[in-house]
Amino acid sequence: MWSYILRRLLFGIPTLLGVTIIVFTLLHLAPGDPISSMLPADAPLEVVLMIKQQMGFDKPLPVQYWRWLTRVAHGDLGNSLATRRPVLNEIRAALGNTFLLAISAACIGFTMGVTLGTTAAFFQGRWLDKAVSAVAIAGVSLPHYWVAILLIIVFSVTLNWLPAMGMQETSGGSSLWTLLRHMILPSIALSLIPMGVITRMVRTSVLEVLQQDFVLTLRSKGLWARTVTRHVMKNAAPPVLTLMGLQFGYLLGGSVLVETVFSWPGSGFLLNLAIFQRDIPMLQGVILVLATFFVMLNLLVDIVHSCIDPRIRRT
Amino acid sequence: MLHTLKHERSHIVTRLGVVSAGLVALALAWTPALAQGKGGVLRIGMTAADIPYTGGIPDQGFEGYRFIGFPLYDALINWDLSQGERLASLVPGLAESWEVSPADHTKWIFHLRRGVKFHDGTDFNADAVLWNWDKLRTKDAPQYDARQAGLITPRISTIQSWRKLDEYTVEFTTMRPTSFVPFQLMYVLYTSPTQWEKAGRDWRAFANNPAGTGPFKLSRLVPRERAELEPNHAYWDTKRVPKAAKVVLLPMPEATTRLAALRTGQVDWIEVPPPDAIPSLRQAGMQIFLQSYPHNWTYALNLSRPPWDNKLVRQAANYAVDREGLCKSLLNGTCTPAIGEVYSGHPWFGNPKVRYEYNPAKAKELLQQAGYDGKDKRVKTSVLISTSGSGQMLPLPMNEFIQENLRAVGIDLDLIPIEWNALTQRFRQGLQHPDNAQLGAMNVSFNFLEPWSAFTRFFHSASIPPKSVNIMPYLNPEVDRLIETAEQEFDRSQQDQLLTQVHERIVEDAPWVFIVHDLNPRAMSPKVKGFVQPQSWFVDLTLPWVEE
Repeated sequence: MWSYILRRLLFGIPTLLGVTIIVFTLLHLAPGDPISSMLPADAPLEVVLMIKQQMGFDKPLPVQYWRWLTRVAHGDLGNSLATRRPVLNEIRAALGNTFLLAISAACIGFTMGVTLGTTAAFFQGRWLDKAVSAVAIAGVSLPHYWVAILLIIVFSVTLNWLPAMGMQETSGGSSLWTLLRHMILPSIALSLIPMGVITRMVRTSVLEVLQQDFVLTLRSKGLWARTVTRHVMKNAAPPVLTLMGLQFGYLLGGSVLVETVFSWPGSGFLLNLAIFQRDIPMLQGVILVLATFFVMLNLLVDIVHSCIDPRIRRT
Repeated sequence: MLHTLKHERSHIVTRLGVVSAGLVALALAWTPALAQGKGGVLRIGMTAADIPYTGGIPDQGFEGYRFIGFPLYDALINWDLSQGERLASLVPGLAESWEVSPADHTKWIFHLRRGVKFHDGTDFNADAVLWNWDKLRTKDAPQYDARQAGLITPRISTIQSWRKLDEYTVEFTTMRPTSFVPFQLMYVLYTSPTQWEKAGRDWRAFANNPAGTGPFKLSRLVPRERAELEPNHAYWDTKRVPKAAKVVLLPMPEATTRLAALRTGQVDWIEVPPPDAIPSLRQAGMQIFLQSYPHNWTYALNLSRPPWDNKLVRQAANYAVDREGLCKSLLNGTCTPAIGEVYSGHPWFGNPKVRYEYNPAKAKELLQQAGYDGKDKRVKTSVLISTSGSGQMLPLPMNEFIQENLRAVGIDLDLIPIEWNALTQRFRQGLQHPDNAQLGAMNVSFNFLEPWSAFTRFFHSASIPPKSVNIMPYLNPEVDRLIETAEQEFDRSQQDQLLTQVHERIVEDAPWVFIVHDLNPRAMSPKVKGFVQPQSWFVDLTLPWVEE
C-alpha cells in the first residue's frame, strides 16, 4: 500500500511541473501586462519600463520561470504584485474561507445527490424518477451565478432573512452564528452542480448494479431489502467516489462567479482578482496550490477505491 | 395614618424626582449628540475589488485617494470638498501658506503648519517632507519605494529638487517656471518616517499599521474584505474631525452585490449603482447623489491617417452623436452630454465657435464636403473599446449606441472590444505604435482635475508616447504655445483665460469625439446624514454620519 502511495506521489511531481509551465506560458502569451494594472492609465511608458526592469519582467521568460521555480522549491511563492503581501499567506487565508464553503456545499450537494440518485434508480421509469432527473438536469444546467443572484433577490432583498454578501457583519461583529448565516446562500448556490452531477451518476451506477445477476440472487434468496441495498450501494460506489473527489476539487478551487457575486473572500475571488490585475505570482501560486489539491484528492480517492476494491491495489 | 400617607407621598415624590433627574440627564446626554449630528458606523460598498494600498500613495486610481489616501493622510495642499455648488478648490493643508519666489519662478517656498502630529505621535516638520520626497524620487534612499513612485511620478515630474530652509520651511525647485506646482503637490501624501522605522523599514508592514496626519486612522485591515477607519480626535483641523464613529470600507466589485447590500441594509452607501436601479432605489427611499465632476468619456482619434486626419470628418462625428438620448434613455440620467473636454460652466469651457448639438443633417453635410456621400463612399473606421474598467461606465451598450448614431450618417464603425488592462497597455503605446496604427480610435475616460491632466498630457506636442499620452497625436503649435504660456502664468484668472483659449481650439479641431461626462452616481441609505457631493473625484469622509 505504502509503495503504491509513494509511486502515485512521485507521478504527481511531473504533473505539477507541467501545470506550472503551461500556466506560466499562457499568462505571458495573454495580452496586457502586470505593470499596466499597477499604474494609472496615463503613466508614461518610460515609468512602466523602469518598473518592469526593477521587477525582473524584462528578463527572458525561461529565466523568469527558473527564478520562480527555484523560489518555490524553497517554499516561497513570492509576493503579490498588486498587494505586495506574500502569496502563500494570501492563498492560505483565501483557501480557508473557500474550504468552509466547499465543505458545506459538498455536504448539501453530495447528500442530496446520493439520496436523489438512489431514489430515482429504485423508482426507475416512474414519476418520481422523472421528477428527480428534472431536478438533476436543472442543477447542472442553471448557471450558478444566476441562481446566486436569484437567491439574493428572494432571501436577502425581498424576505430579508439572510445577508446578501460577505462572511461577517459589515459593522465588524463576528460569531459562529453570523458566519453560518452568511454561508447559507453561497453554499446552496455552489451545491447545485455537484448535486446534479452526482444524482445522475448515482442513478446510472445503481441501475447498472441493480441489473446484475447477484442482485437477483440476493433477492431470490429472500434477503432483506436493506441488505440488498447495502450490497448495491457498495458496488455502485467506486465511480461515484471518483466523481465526488473531482467535484470536491472543483469546489476547493472556489467558484469565481459565486464568490464574486457574494463578495466571499475565497480562492475563486482571489483568482478572479489576480486575473484582472495580471498578478502573475499570485496566479501561479493559486493554480499550483489548486493543482496540488487535485493531485492529492485523486490520490485519496484512489486509496479509498483500493480499500473498497482490493483488486485495484494489485494492478 | 396621616403620617404614613405623608411619608409615602414624600417617598413617591423623591422617587419621581430621581427618575425625572435621570431622564433629564439622559436627555442632556443625548441632545448634544443629536444636535451636533454625529456618530454611527458608516459602511461603504466600494467598486474596487480590494482595499487600496494603505501605506501612503494609494493604488486603485482615484477611488484609492477618495477612501484611503485623503482620509488617512494629508498633502501640503488639500482639496476643499465641503461644498458642491462650485468646482472643488485647493486649500492649505500641511502647508499654511506658500509663494513662488518673485526673483526666480522656479523656486517655491512652503511654510509648514506647526503643531501637526502623525498618528504615531511624532512631529510633522521639514525633515518629514524631505524624507517623503526622497521616498518617491531618490532611488538610493533607504525609504525609496518604486511602487509608490510609479503611481505618482508622471504627476510630479516638474519638481527637480527640494531642500529645508528651516524646521518649518521647505523650498521646491522646478525644472522650468511652472504655476502648476500646487496642483502637483496635492497628490503627494505624507507618511511618518518613525513609523516606517518601527515597521522594520518595510512598506508592506507599514501598510498594515500606517501613520499619516489625516482625519482618520486605520484601525483594522483585512485584505480583500474590509478596512476600518476611526476618527483622529487630535486632527489639526478641528472643523474636520470625523463625525461618524467609524467608517468601514468594503470591496464590492460586482454592481448587483452592492445594490443588494444597500437594499438589505448591509451597507449605508454604495458607489456607482447600476443606472437601471436608480428609479427603484429612489422609490425605496434611498438618497441618490449626482453631480458634475471633471470626468470625460471620449474617443481619442487617430489623427495621422484617414478618415480622422480630416477635421470635417471629426466634426461630423461630433454632430452625429445623440448625447442627450444616450444619457436619458440608456444611462437613466447618470451623465451629461459632453460637447468639449470640460463641461459647460467649468472655468475653462469658454465660448467655443462650434457647439456639437445632435444634428445628423449637419454631420451628413460635413461628410459630403469631406468627399463621403454616405452611400457608395462611406467612412469605414474602428475603435478599440474595453469591456469594463475604471471610469469606463457601461462601455458595451454605450459604444453600440454610438455605433448606431454614426452608421445613420454614413460612418461605419467597427467596435473592437478587449479587456481593460490590455487596452491601457495599448493606450500608453499610442496610436502611432505599429500594433495600433490600423485603429481609428480608442475609447477611454479621463479626469481633467488640473491643467496638466486636462491639457498638457493630451494636447502638447512634447507629450507624445512614451513621454506621456498625446496618443492621437495632436500637433498644434498654437495650442503648445498657449499651454506653455498658461503654465508660466502665475495669476489664476489669467491662467484660466489662457486655458479657456486652449479648450476653444481643441473643441473646434475635434481631436476627440466628445461624448459624455459621468455624474458620479452614488446611493445612500436615508440614515446617512451630512454628506456633501462635491464637484470632484474625491469626497470629504469627515462630514457624513449615520443616524442610529
